[in-house]
Amino acid sequence: MRPVLEIAGLVVRADDGKGSWIDTIRNVDLTVSAGEVVALIGESGAGKSTVALAALGYARPGTRLVEGRILFDGQDVRALDERGLRRLRGRDASYVAQSAQDALNPAIPIGAQIAEPLLIHGIASGTEAEARIASLIGLLDLPVGIVTRFPHQASGGQQQRIMLAMAMACAPRLLVLDEPTTALDVTTQIEVLKAIRTAIRGQGSAAIYVSHDLAVVAQIADRIVVMRHGAIVEQGPTAEIVERPKQPYTVTLIDAVRPRDRRLAREAPRGPAPLLALRGVNASYEQQGWFGPARGGNKVLRDIDLTVGKGEVLAVVGESGSGKSTLARVVAGLHPRLSGDIALAGTTLADRVRRRPLEQRRRIQIIFQSPDLSLNPEERVGEIIGRPRQLYFNEARTNRDAHTDRLLDMVGLPPSYERRFPAELSGGERQRVAIARAFAAEPDLILCDEILSSLDVVIAAQILELMRELKRKSSVAYLFISHDLVTVAQIADRIAVLYAGTVLELGATSAVFTPPHHPYTALLMAAVPQLRRGWLDDAFKLRGPTAQRRAAPTGCPFQPRCPLAIPGLCERELPPLREQTSGHAIRCHRSDAELRQAQTSPVQTSPN
Amino acid sequence: MSAGEATAQAIPRPRRLPPPLACIGLAIVAIGLIMALLGPFLARHGAGELISERPFPAASWALPFGGDHLGRDVLSRLLHAAPVTIGLALGATTVGFVIGLTVGFFTAEVRGRTDTMITWILDILVSFPPKLIALIAIAGLGSSLPILIATLGFVHAPRVARVARAVAMNISAMDFVEAARARGESVLAVMVREIWPSARRPMAVEFGLRVTFSILVLSSLSFLGLGVQPPMTDWGSMVRENMSGIFLGTPAALIPALAIGILTVGINLVIDWIGGSSGRRLTEELSR
Repeated sequence: MRPVLEIAGLVVRADDGKGSWIDTIRNVDLTVSAGEVVALIGESGAGKSTVALAALGYARPGTRLVEGRILFDGQDVRALDERGLRRLRGRDASYVAQSAQDALNPAIPIGAQIAEPLLIHGIASGTEAEARIASLIGLLDLPVGIVTRFPHQASGGQQQRIMLAMAMACAPRLLVLDEPTTALDVTTQIEVLKAIRTAIRGQGSAAIYVSHDLAVVAQIADRIVVMRHGAIVEQGPTAEIVERPKQPYTVTLIDAVRPRDRRLAREAPRGPAPLLALRGVNASYEQQGWFGPARGGNKVLRDIDLTVGKGEVLAVVGESGSGKSTLARVVAGLHPRLSGDIALAGTTLADRVRRRPLEQRRRIQIIFQSPDLSLNPEERVGEIIGRPRQLYFNEARTNRDAHTDRLLDMVGLPPSYERRFPAELSGGERQRVAIARAFAAEPDLILCDEILSSLDVVIAAQILELMRELKRKSSVAYLFISHDLVTVAQIADRIAVLYAGTVLELGATSAVFTPPHHPYTALLMAAVPQLRRGWLDDAFKLRGPTAQRRAAPTGCPFQPRCPLAIPGLCERELPPLREQTSGHAIRCHRSDAELRQAQTSPVQTSPN
Repeated sequence: MSAGEATAQAIPRPRRLPPPLACIGLAIVAIGLIMALLGPFLARHGAGELISERPFPAASWALPFGGDHLGRDVLSRLLHAAPVTIGLALGATTVGFVIGLTVGFFTAEVRGRTDTMITWILDILVSFPPKLIALIAIAGLGSSLPILIATLGFVHAPRVARVARAVAMNISAMDFVEAARARGESVLAVMVREIWPSARRPMAVEFGLRVTFSILVLSSLSFLGLGVQPPMTDWGSMVRENMSGIFLGTPAALIPALAIGILTVGINLVIDWIGGSSGRRLTEELSR
């Protein structure tokens, strides 16, 4: 059978911004047969997206397709003119971008956007188009009423599936999916992955799936192509790559998904007074009124009681919208609390960071999720790292430079980086700079707000290792915020599971990972991608009876999604945080025996 | 996926000059600045020196642009007037900018009620037509250079503040500004160290627009006889003085009007270039 896509000897050249051209793709060959799903995998900068886009005859601004043959259905794509390309794109080959939020037009109803490619290519109109849209919506498991709504009224997972519906509207021969689930949290990822797989199989389209996550790809692809530095490292059928990788680089990728030493934590040393103590903390995003204090509706945090000991790592885990980032912002004094008390080493902290004394500010530092945004683009690395020394220690210039070198060395960067701007660093290097900046203050507590989630798996594993190493060398404590339970298990002493601003489970890492779990914790564990085939189906079944994600207003907030909810009780009463063994507590009406029974069978608690 | 890690051999490419239109703009602005700084020293005749007995003498080698309604050298007067026109415009814009930028950045950083209140006041100030404010101020206080600068600065300030606030709002929502706040930086330090460096480019564009606006308003005030008063002169008043010459076919009124027009266009060409060239640091761009 003739392949749908045949790329041979592709070379892509890019403007490096300094006045010269460099080859970003070197001599890449890629063939996709009809109905086949091929995954392109590698870390950021490997050139995966560039190759995928070349299949559509597209080169991003600042890049050029200089050499090679791109045959789509036997037709030379590089020889096509604007009109020919327009006819190809969206009809015969279509593209799904990483961030649906940026790709959808906020001012056009969803149904009209899905219909657009049908109308543009003159494939269907009127009732015929409506029927096509209705069948797509059914295929992708979207609510029927969504066609009249606008993109901002759809959830992140729905938006991604809407993008998919647009791409599939004309029943293309080839779908190019560019990291379609990377921006989603683990539980949403399952829904979207499932929809993608069903849709691709249902339509019989071929697909190129670009991702950095081998576990995700293992669920969907027939064949895997591993890329690095703009060239192909290894390729083969999925099972072969996952089970018998030949190249060391592929092994690195697999190890990043399958952490080898999962440290199960020691019981944290608990002094008489914890370093950080939160008591009954409430917070909301309601605007403060002109008269009187803010009303307390729509709470993002509800009666949070947590402590972090000196030198301890407390992980806060939850999906997006669980309030975990707000928790970090409240502790940092960036967001006001409605009520409750936060104490650092026994001293109550002021609500707002500007009202806190300098010494208290120094002792709490924060590292943000995206290093692309958290470093001032107009400052050199030296200035960025030197600033805390100047601010907190009033340190002279020469001293500061010596410290900067030491801090750069500590995070594994050469001293020459001092003169660079953030734009001249890779994502992982930027996060290292952000870490160095936090450590420059010699803090007692570092708030790590999803610091790994914007990095690809290999880099994230390196950064996590760095954080562990720095932790060993100093007595710093981390409040480690993440949506990924398995990552967190490698660094946390204790874990708090947060849902809709309520702590549902709290305990030492080993205790949290041993049944009984709170049903929500069990769901999160199952949602972490695993290399094993069939994981996706198991996880999808476990996802709960409905995709209802809104927290219940009364009773247990997790009750609408809970597979073990007790009708009549859970929707009325918030269960107490029931202490189990020392330090491990679960907020559930079900008894331990009931929970254990439900969870012993299919749930895998770790990816090993 | 950035190309940062690719290691292929680099193919050198010649350094880029600014695009042709920007070069023209830069040349015009440079000539304008030279006229403003050195104009009076380059002029062959004094501003008030009578060269000819009769009005509007024709152009010749001695009088390249001819003479004006009192028989004075138009080119010399143009050079004498340049520092007044350009200096006033730059002065008034700078005054408006310093005030507007400070207020705009401050409200964007403190937010909340202070922001709401200040924004209301700015909106009210912006709703007065600029020429009306100028007319009222000059009618009440008389026309002098400080009053002209202050009035025009007052017209600029709330408009600049609104732009500055909008620009700063976008920047201050970024994580690196949040990181600075979490570090406990003061409002002033956040404004100067974090927001300003990223706001330079859009604000430079705004500055250029405001300068052209100043030149046009000052010229029209002078044309109405409310601006610069004799014996001092600027390009706007030169147009007014020589209005009657237009019917005699002399260039005396046309030349200063053209000077105003060319300078305005030149500044705008530079603005378009600064505003349009993205992705590179403004300072690097300007230092090349």
